[in-house]
Amino acid sequence: MNPPVERSDRFEYLLRLGDDALVAAQRLAEWVSRAPELEEDMALANIALDQLGQARLLLSYAAELGGGGRTEDALAYLRSDREFRNCLLVELPNGVLGGAALDFGVTIAKLLCFSAYQHLLSQRLATSTDQRLAEIAGKAVKETAYHLDHAALWTCRLGDGTEESHRRMQAAIDQVWPYTHELFRSDELTARLVADGSGVDPASLRAGWLSTLEKVLSKATLARPKDGWAPDGGRSGVHTEALSYLLGEMQSLHRTHPGVAW
Amino acid sequence: MVTAVEAPADVVSAVPDPELPMVSIADLGILRSVDVSEHGRVTVMITPTYSGCPAMDAIRGDIRRALTVAGWPDVEVRTQLSPAWTTDWMTPEGKRKLSEAGIAPPGPHQDAGPVAVRLSVRCPRCGSPDTSEISRFGATSCKSLWRCRSCVEPFEHFKALR
Repeated sequence: MNPPVERSDRFEYLLRLGDDALVAAQRLAEWVSRAPELEEDMALANIALDQLGQARLLLSYAAELGGGGRTEDALAYLRSDREFRNCLLVELPNGVLGGAALDFGVTIAKLLCFSAYQHLLSQRLATSTDQRLAEIAGKAVKETAYHLDHAALWTCRLGDGTEESHRRMQAAIDQVWPYTHELFRSDELTARLVADGSGVDPASLRAGWLSTLEKVLSKATLARPKDGWAPDGGRSGVHTEALSYLLGEMQSLHRTHPGVAW
Repeated sequence: MVTAVEAPADVVSAVPDPELPMVSIADLGILRSVDVSEHGRVTVMITPTYSGCPAMDAIRGDIRRALTVAGWPDVEVRTQLSPAWTTDWMTPEGKRKLSEAGIAPPGPHQDAGPVAVRLSVRCPRCGSPDTSEISRFGATSCKSLWRCRSCVEPFEHFKALR
């Protein structure tokens, strides 16, 4: 394999990781000033900040590899929806399908599924042969442990709470579940990166992830949804329309005032 | 006239944390190294507490300012991610200062045993161990929110990260 191909592979892989964190951060930030209580407002903002920090480290690295003088800002603010490589799970709205735009149960269900995945993934990436990626992942391991813990606590509190909170938490898990399959889909890119020891095979994470999820769901008296419909496309830039709206808002300042900086 | 120039390491060590001004960046363990080249260029290595810590930019600026004022204008501040920062690097002095300011410092390192036992966090005001966690996340990424059942005061706790 010639070096330029490998470089573009790394760039693409970093976009997947970085876009996951960036879009997750943006979605979580929608809760700022709207969470059910002040402590939760701060908690979700803190988790969003961790994700944004991860996104910056990953996208800065991607920008350096991508060349052309692009920066992390150019990658975050000047790409179109089709150029984003995040999984569909993180772009899903925080609300109930056909219902309220902001739903705490759905947000927690997404956070639980995603942070359990991110925690396992960063543990494995911490030993990547790509030294810089390993260092970034090493920090994420510690942070995602807190995210997972927070989501698990709420899942149990709501699942094992009142009849109404149980019903809504179960509905939230059911709504989110189909989108988790994409997290564990391996493809040619991941196979090439696994071969040189720098990437992780997504499929190899599912057993550990399921075991975490099943433990939390059982403690929360919730049923583990059946596997069935498994939409994907995020890794190749085919997203739900929700991402376009999210980017429209996130990128508006930068597109209105090109090159603006704090 | 010869002006006594303070050593760069001393200058940088004294830079306060912007969010927790009662402790210095050396107290917190986020200062990794200070090197001076033969041409007088100072290279400072710092490490973030959390990936998204918004204080990092302010800390970089504060280090540059402090060194420039002390007579070292040629400064490079670099960030090192690995090994990842842990609260074990906080100095005993730093922990004491946090406690005096009403922030319960992170506890000592505990090896994960077969049964997870969490030592209770002592109230920094009255010293009571009868406390409870209100929220895992506080006003900054590095702190959680607690309350003391004895003196009924809320307080912040610097989360152990390791």
